[in-house]
Amino acid sequence: MTDAPAPFSSRIAGAFAKARSQGRKTLILYLTGCDPDFDTSRRLLLAAARAGADVLELGVPWSDPSADGPAIQAAMRRALAAGGGMRAALDLCQAVRVANPEIPVVLFGYANPIFVRGTAKFSAQAKQAGADGVLCVDWPADEDPELARALAQQGLDLVPLIAPTSTPERVKAAAAVAGGFLYYVSLTGITGSQLPNLDEASARVQQVRELSGNRLPVAVGFGIATPADARAVASFADGVVVGSAAVRIIERAVNEGRDPVPALEEFVADLRAALCLSLESP
Amino acid sequence: MPALEELTAAWEHFSCDPTFRAELDRLLREYVGRPTPLTEAARLADHVAKAQGRRLRVFLKREDLCHTGSHKLNNCVGQILLAQRLRKKRIIAETGAGQHGVATATVCALFGLPCEIYMGAVDVERQSLNVFRMQLLGAKVHAVKDGTATLKDAMNEAMRDWVTNVGTTHYVLGTVAGPHPYPTMVGELQSVIGREARTQIQAATGRLPDACLACVGGGSNAMGLFRGFLDDSGVRLFGVEAAGEGIDTSHHAATLGKGRPGVLHGTRSYVLCDEDGQIAEAHSISAGLDYPGVGPEHSYLRDTGRAQYLAATDQEALEACRLLARCEGIIPALESAHAVAGLPRVAEQLPDGASVIINVSGRGDKDMGTIAKHFGAEVSS
Repeated sequence: MTDAPAPFSSRIAGAFAKARSQGRKTLILYLTGCDPDFDTSRRLLLAAARAGADVLELGVPWSDPSADGPAIQAAMRRALAAGGGMRAALDLCQAVRVANPEIPVVLFGYANPIFVRGTAKFSAQAKQAGADGVLCVDWPADEDPELARALAQQGLDLVPLIAPTSTPERVKAAAAVAGGFLYYVSLTGITGSQLPNLDEASARVQQVRELSGNRLPVAVGFGIATPADARAVASFADGVVVGSAAVRIIERAVNEGRDPVPALEEFVADLRAALCLSLESP
Repeated sequence: MPALEELTAAWEHFSCDPTFRAELDRLLREYVGRPTPLTEAARLADHVAKAQGRRLRVFLKREDLCHTGSHKLNNCVGQILLAQRLRKKRIIAETGAGQHGVATATVCALFGLPCEIYMGAVDVERQSLNVFRMQLLGAKVHAVKDGTATLKDAMNEAMRDWVTNVGTTHYVLGTVAGPHPYPTMVGELQSVIGREARTQIQAATGRLPDACLACVGGGSNAMGLFRGFLDDSGVRLFGVEAAGEGIDTSHHAATLGKGRPGVLHGTRSYVLCDEDGQIAEAHSISAGLDYPGVGPEHSYLRDTGRAQYLAATDQEALEACRLLARCEGIIPALESAHAVAGLPRVAEQLPDGASVIINVSGRGDKDMGTIAKHFGAEVSS
């Protein structure tokens, strides 16, 4: 143990530390906020935390999700139709925080809803709502540091996306202003794609760790759909992000007129169980 | 991002490379059909000037006479040469009205590269003739059903394809928007319009024009014309956006007139969006102007006051289309008809005897179905 204070959010760092102390990898679950509606979404997020997700990524619905595949595009359409958006996502974050003071929440979204509010106002609102970090797909921190500065002022973590094509210089630049964890994208493509051969991802994660001076844990996302996928990725990553697969489970239940909460809870529990075994696998 | 950095470096290198320039100039001359004429439109000028009790000279920059029927090919020949040097094996593009899709499919046929075009499902419906042209040229056309199923959604889908196939694929973006270097690169490739027009008007009148006038969706044809005159403070620049059913309704595409600063498709510029930041649906009778964003350089010209932006409604564009057809025997694309529709308002602001260049960015053949419907005629296609 060290007495040095965590530079940014303690909840995210704490979640990774706790998982590590329990001999497993961190499970990060993405759900689109307000999919299929505000209240169901609140119940889904809390159920995911209950079932074993260590960190929640709360997707902020946007009209033009150009980095997302069909599953999350459809989730965003459902959410927008139900009145979702940044305002509702902040309210949802607050509702989750009131019911669960422990679970780290990362707001995951696109630049325009942040930009039109202004970075300072947005960061204050996110802090107020109990968020721990922000991931903005189309706001490169090294091109425009304004968001990173505003989040830092509120003590919120900026989680950067790092792609297979990111150059060493850009990995270093992204890591320098990052907090919480580094999100390594397993493939060149969009969310919900097929998981590629993992040898390259494994080597790249190691490289990202070195380039960032091992300052932050590295989580891997995009294409992780099953407990087996999660377990395979956990053999080399500090955390595993699952999104589209969870969103598809919600979609199926909603289309069949069922409450999606039990099905999601079961899926998250299976993912968590797979990660518990991950450190024991060869 | 590395793909954008690669593209930026390639553009900076090759745009100054004499061999590249020579090949580009040859294609523009022998394939695109440049230079395009500057046609004096005396009857149109009389029509507008008489109503205002003044003298006026109007010149049309005839991009409608480019191969494939619009200015879009200027950009595509440049980008295909760049793609070739980057050793890309596959080409993708977005298209609204279909003009950029046709131009991209055309250069892909010329260079023997596979081509896939993303087009909003709504636009596929209203521009079916252009869909068939692209297919005839050997391109595969994907109808994009996400979102509003128009140009912005086609761009989203093209970006998804590009990030997935970034190693092998070049994305021929068709306007002066999108992430850097596209606004710069497309603007420079289209600047041939303004360079030619500048020389041509001086030959015709012995001086520079008093104003330039062009339609603005993403803004590539306008930027191409404006670039020839940016440093000439005596030449006023006017862009005409699509007012759709009126800029005070929710059915328009007047991004510079009614939008706010935002971020869309990797560009910080004016956008049409609500207070939550959700991008609004743009509306115009002209599929090529139906975009809720605009090139960042236009936003800059608007904010600095170097250019002024007006808006013309669907109805005004239809009437301007008929006016140009009957005065000059030139049927413009509905996009370009918006520029013509702005002429009376621009002329009012100019001194007596002024001269104006209007960019006729494309020809109207593709719009016959839409125009016929609005004038109550029936045509079989």
